[in-house]
Amino acid sequence: MYGRKVKLRFFFVLLSLLTLILSVFLIIKSLEENVVYFQSPSEIKVLAEIENKKIRVGGMVKDNSISIQAKEINFIITDYKNEINVIYSGVLPNLFSEGKGVVAEGYLKDKNFFLASKILAKHDENYMPPEVKAALEEK
Amino acid sequence: MFEYFKPNKIFSITSKAPKYVLFLFIVTLTVGLSEALIFSPEDYKQSHSVRIMYVHVPAAWISLGIFSTLTFLSITGYIFKIINFFLIAKSLAPSGLVFNIVALVTGSIWGKPTWGTWWAWDARITSMLILALFYIMYIVAWRIYEKNNKAFQITSIITILGIVNVPIIKYSVDWWNTLHQPASINILSKSTIHVSMLFPLLIMTAAFALFSLLIFLMKYNTELIKIKNKGLDRL
Repeated sequence: MYGRKVKLRFFFVLLSLLTLILSVFLIIKSLEENVVYFQSPSEIKVLAEIENKKIRVGGMVKDNSISIQAKEINFIITDYKNEINVIYSGVLPNLFSEGKGVVAEGYLKDKNFFLASKILAKHDENYMPPEVKAALEEK
Repeated sequence: MFEYFKPNKIFSITSKAPKYVLFLFIVTLTVGLSEALIFSPEDYKQSHSVRIMYVHVPAAWISLGIFSTLTFLSITGYIFKIINFFLIAKSLAPSGLVFNIVALVTGSIWGKPTWGTWWAWDARITSMLILALFYIMYIVAWRIYEKNNKAFQITSIITILGIVNVPIIKYSVDWWNTLHQPASINILSKSTIHVSMLFPLLIMTAAFALFSLLIFLMKYNTELIKIKNKGLDRL
């Protein structure tokens, strides 16, 4: 139905797309460590050694774990398998609260303690009016 | 079918269309904005800052949609040698870039009060920035290569390179840990956004789509006039 040239061009586009997708896939796969924005407490637990390098740890703020002293805020980041204690002093984003997502940037003291220099709130994909939330909680 | 590809035929339709599209756009935008800014409820967690979503998300959708359309038009235009498709793609690109920038800027404004930062080099945001760069390359390529055939080839290559980024943008939030939250609106599974918030979001998307259509028609008419002036009766 179509001319030979049309078919050739079609295969040319198809092949170049395939090649491109495969090579981008390989590049991203090998750069995985840099593509992730933060690590989970479980990934911190299995680290071979603690480097003095700025990293980010993310997860949920454990319920009832926030304690605010004079200048310091302590809380626990959990991924429901492992936990890590975070020590931080500074401004907290509005959405920072217990049971919500958080990303802490800073340095590892050891595998259980993290000195944060910056706290980012990670919000989830749920959007609803307050009344709906209240109704859901009653259930 | 090829009858319709005559510039005069197309022009008789596209030169009249903008005023109707403008009217529709103004109506939709008025309804969308009043829904988004006044009538829709605040979020239980973010309160009023959730309203940025009604600009941010539609803008991101439209910019992704337009880039996919550019690629589709360029590839089919290349395979079947349909010059008209390249002109349509060329006229579509500017609104795609505008909405891409709108998505980045509103995301930044939204990020500050909610996440606590203007910018994060996470996978979603970075890949969106890369899309903006591809848009700029695409538009600049049209300006550099004035000889049509060359421009067709170069811009097609740019879209093919750039389209690989589109699924990366879409799935970045599922594949990797990102600061950006995963998608709230899913076609296959249940959406995690309340209906009262979904409604203004969809209207705003329609308004932005109409705006893109309006800009497209204006650009496309210019292209047709250029062809007319060159005295060509066929594309």
